[in-house]
Amino acid sequence: MFSEFGYGVLTVSFVVAIYSVATAAYGAANKSAALVESARRAMLLMFPLISIAAAALIYLLVNNHYEVAFVYEVTSRSMPTYLKVTAWWGGQAGSLVFWSWLLAAFASAVTIRKWDRDIEFLPWVIVVCSITLVFFLGMVVFYENPFARYWSVAGNIEPHMFAPANATAFTPTDGQGLNPLLRHPGMVIHPPMLYLGFVSFVIPYAFAMAALITGRTDDRWIRLTRRWTLWAWLFLSFGLVLGGRWAYDVLGWGGYWGWDPVEIAAFMPWLTGTAFLHSVMIQEKRGLLKHWNMILVILTYALVIFGTFLTRSGVLSSVHAFANSPIGPLFMGFVSISLVVSIALVIWRWPDLRGETEMKSLLSREALFLLNNLLFMSVLVVCFWGVIFPLISELFTGQKVTVGPPYYERATGPLFATLMFLMGVAPLSAWGHSTIQTLGRAIWKSAIAALVLTAILFATYSKNYIALIGFFLIALVLFVTLQEFWRGARARQRAQNENILVALARLMGRNRRRYGGYIIHISMMLMAIGILGMEVFQVETQGALAQGESLNISGYTVQYRELASWDDKGAGVNYTRAVVDVYENGIYLGQVTPRIDYYFDSQQNMTIPGNRSTLRDDLYVLLVDWQPVSNMGATFKIFVNPLVNWLWIGSLLFLLGVIFAAWPDRDPTEESVRVARQASQTSAAN
Amino acid sequence: MKLSNYKLQITHSVLLAFAFILAALLYQPAFAQGSTPTDDEVNAVAHKLYCPVCESTPLDVCPTDACKDWRELIRTMLADGKSEAEILQHFENQYGARVLAEPPKQGFYWLVYVLPPALILVGAFILFRSMKEWTSKTDATNPIATSSAKDDYVARFEDELKKRK
Repeated sequence: MFSEFGYGVLTVSFVVAIYSVATAAYGAANKSAALVESARRAMLLMFPLISIAAAALIYLLVNNHYEVAFVYEVTSRSMPTYLKVTAWWGGQAGSLVFWSWLLAAFASAVTIRKWDRDIEFLPWVIVVCSITLVFFLGMVVFYENPFARYWSVAGNIEPHMFAPANATAFTPTDGQGLNPLLRHPGMVIHPPMLYLGFVSFVIPYAFAMAALITGRTDDRWIRLTRRWTLWAWLFLSFGLVLGGRWAYDVLGWGGYWGWDPVEIAAFMPWLTGTAFLHSVMIQEKRGLLKHWNMILVILTYALVIFGTFLTRSGVLSSVHAFANSPIGPLFMGFVSISLVVSIALVIWRWPDLRGETEMKSLLSREALFLLNNLLFMSVLVVCFWGVIFPLISELFTGQKVTVGPPYYERATGPLFATLMFLMGVAPLSAWGHSTIQTLGRAIWKSAIAALVLTAILFATYSKNYIALIGFFLIALVLFVTLQEFWRGARARQRAQNENILVALARLMGRNRRRYGGYIIHISMMLMAIGILGMEVFQVETQGALAQGESLNISGYTVQYRELASWDDKGAGVNYTRAVVDVYENGIYLGQVTPRIDYYFDSQQNMTIPGNRSTLRDDLYVLLVDWQPVSNMGATFKIFVNPLVNWLWIGSLLFLLGVIFAAWPDRDPTEESVRVARQASQTSAAN
Repeated sequence: MKLSNYKLQITHSVLLAFAFILAALLYQPAFAQGSTPTDDEVNAVAHKLYCPVCESTPLDVCPTDACKDWRELIRTMLADGKSEAEILQHFENQYGARVLAEPPKQGFYWLVYVLPPALILVGAFILFRSMKEWTSKTDATNPIATSSAKDDYVARFEDELKKRK
């Protein structure tokens, strides 16, 4: 009953979405406020409808309804309740419903606000959001139905929504269970974060299309969606970091990023989204780069859909792709049509997107931001080509190839280094005009400090030239950014006669966007320290050890003590856990316990590292099953991952930076009243 | 009789010595061939290969039985004195270019290495030319702003900054 009910509600949602598209477009074309209002209400109705369908699906997941194919594929009796709930996005069909639910939520949040000044945008925002919903709901209703149940038809078990002729209902006694890799807390939150990021970017895209259609090519659409863009970027960034953390914890290759095609599929909209986030500042301040901003937001939307397509269609199978599916051509069709229509609109409005002022200097801030756009697009070209080249190769030569990490690292390394250099220079360049001399005067102290620090590292840490260049650039950006905080706080301290810390707090509070951005830059450099440490200095060793034997690596000694193996029948898992002692230069540091978890329902292993973490490095020990594991002997793979924890520390600071940047500013009227009151109190006291 | 006994003893000694020398010669090659390649040596090669079944999974971390067999094959080939390049070539010949961590630098596959830098350079060239054109247009339409006024403005701005230090 719940499955039929859920499917029925989804079908109604699909019809309502079509109604919303048609009514909004017709209402806008005929200037009918009543029709546009009807479309808005239809838009608002979709969120409760899809929520009801989602609730029905979650009910089926939690209550072991294995007659429903999706429930069978992603749950089992041994799974705890919270994992059964999160299995909603653990399979293809469910994750498409989840995508639709999030989009309905965000579109409702946008359309529920009071529209007065920007009412001409409303119908086209509804059209774009609803078309996207029509697509995703259509795929669920017609192709990837999570409510289809099993039927026995002439001895075969097949999933259908309604009973075929001569079919009898079939109910398995237990489910397959979620892929063990997806039972980690990081994997519980990683897909929702990524989807939040993907889906949120639909909103600025919708406003951009509305601006093109209505001819409102000023920066109003950017101002309206500024916080949406920031939050979308936060979710996408955090989704990527969480995916990296998950990979580090459970995939057992001692790394956090493997240049897997589906990782890159989520990375590409982040690249264009980051460029967009920076580039819109130029349009707001100087009325420039309007063509760029339109192209960047269109690309971000297209890459979001393309990224979902790569994950869902199985066209490039990876650890993320759940299964091959017929929905690939549908996705490609939708992306292609969206791109063609969007570009056509940009071409139509091309003359109206001309800049309002002119670029006066090659070293001005707007010119450096343009260079920033070029660099991000360059990384995108490298990534996109690397992802699709295996398909191109198969098409033209009949042979699929692998484009692995060496290609990406070699190509993107210099581009990221240039971006970091730009992060050190651009904050010091002036709007409108800068020269080599003015920039040199602004940067020389930070550059000298960075050089001194690099020289110290050369003398004490490493002579690897790639690492030294990286450390120099990180230090340059950090010193320049901290210098900006210092100069601003010092100027305010002198002007307002305030304590330096109060001056700093008020300075940051009055310009959250700028100083939030600087905090984010600092966080990126902390993450860069972790990335550099891993990429340049990671070492590994592997060996078979009898009990009592040890392996040495980078000053550490890892000694095999004992092994235990036991079943947890309730969880449906067999645990094999080794205990190893860790020494450094002969000093005992403690024990770590690497594990292999074997899941009976899916017959799959998960390798959980034993990890000793410090700011300096991680000692990361894996129990591997190259040879059978026993108390007599076991094979261990050991990594030393220098500086890796700065990556996670940086990501936490990143979160704080985005929240700070996105926090609403004080009302300027209230602020002037507060200042006046304070001034009168001070003079009365004197 | 005495003489033939002596000859016999010498013959026995020579034969014994010869046997020792022969044994030593036969033993040495076995000793030199013997040290089995370590897991690290195997992994160093396996890291440059990808599992043909589970795509996007390097051979050194793939848990399947097939990949375990492949790693042992690498170990055997290393023990036989094969170089890394020879081992990679062997796997490519057997299973195709897809098992390599990056496409071989030959024929059609050159496109993967050549196209992105070419596009980036073209983009950079177009951008640079456009920016030069914009900035020179600005200089042409505002000649007063170009040389002395610009410098005066910069000089006054810098003086103001110095006062605030």
